Amino acid sequence: MKARVFVTLKPSVFDPQGHTIGEALQSLGYDTVADVRQGKYFELELQTTSAADAEALARDVASRVLANPVIESFRVELLDQAPAAAAPGGGR
Amino acid sequence: MTFAVVVFPGSNCDHDAYHAAKHVLGEDARFVWHKETSLGDADVVILPGGFSHGDYLRTGAIARFSPVMAAVQAFADRGGPVLGICNGFQVLLECGLLPGAMLRNRDVRFHCEMVGVRVERTDTPFTRLARTGQVLRIPIAHGEGNYFAPPETLADLEANHRVIFRYADAAGETTDAANPNGSLHNIAGICNEGRNVVGLMPHPERACERALGSDDGLVLFRSVVEALAGRGAAQAVTR
Repeated sequence: MKARVFVTLKPSVFDPQGHTIGEALQSLGYDTVADVRQGKYFELELQTTSAADAEALARDVASRVLANPVIESFRVELLDQAPAAAAPGGGR
Repeated sequence: MTFAVVVFPGSNCDHDAYHAAKHVLGEDARFVWHKETSLGDADVVILPGGFSHGDYLRTGAIARFSPVMAAVQAFADRGGPVLGICNGFQVLLECGLLPGAMLRNRDVRFHCEMVGVRVERTDTPFTRLARTGQVLRIPIAHGEGNYFAPPETLADLEANHRVIFRYADAAGETTDAANPNGSLHNIAGICNEGRNVVGLMPHPERACERALGSDDGLVLFRSVVEALAGRGAAQAVTR
């Protein structure tokens, strides 16, 4: 089973990188991009078929290693393993 | 007196720290590889600067799980003096021996320059020979030294006098212009509750000889030598 982990700076924490990217976008003329926050994205390949186990494992890894709880928070998403080719309508 | 300098993959100031202890001070020093589980007979532990594990994930985030860190934790818990310099400070933050975290410098640039570092407290083993308010000229070299802590942690650090160094101008004023990275309260270094674990972003080991532009950093190393000599004498008296 696959899990996605999104790690983001807490709203109260200033994000120098996101701020710089936002300023760059402004200077490129993207006036309607009001703010940018940068984060991290992880894909975990988990050797379990149980969604509950996968979720617990991903959350454990995220809270202990992937995110620093002082400045960051995280969100976990589980992915079904159904291959894209099996999706209906996916003919060639 | 033996200095143990911990070496992580990617440490690059380990030899500078070793040189300061061994050749400038004339004390014993040795390297301890991060996979070792013991610090041996170390009297002082230095976590040096560098880019441990390539700074992947976050600075210090992977190094904190190195086998040697359990020994460092135990050494610190026994009251042993531990100094984390730059990346070593970041490792101490990640492993929880010191509170807070580092953000990218506010201007998103790597800063490699001499800065003014004001000594706030002399009641740690690494500052006892310094003067309160003394401004040390010490270089910094980091991209992520923007110290952050939640308001309650910051208040606790200030209330308990655990801010040991602040960025300051030559006159000792902690101005915003003297703050190279955006650190809250101009914080350059802090200590733990027991005051035996100190972390700072500036590099005292790179400022131990006049030929290198400054020997202001030597006071940290001399202080800990004196602190330990004093402790040894006190033990001898009580024996």
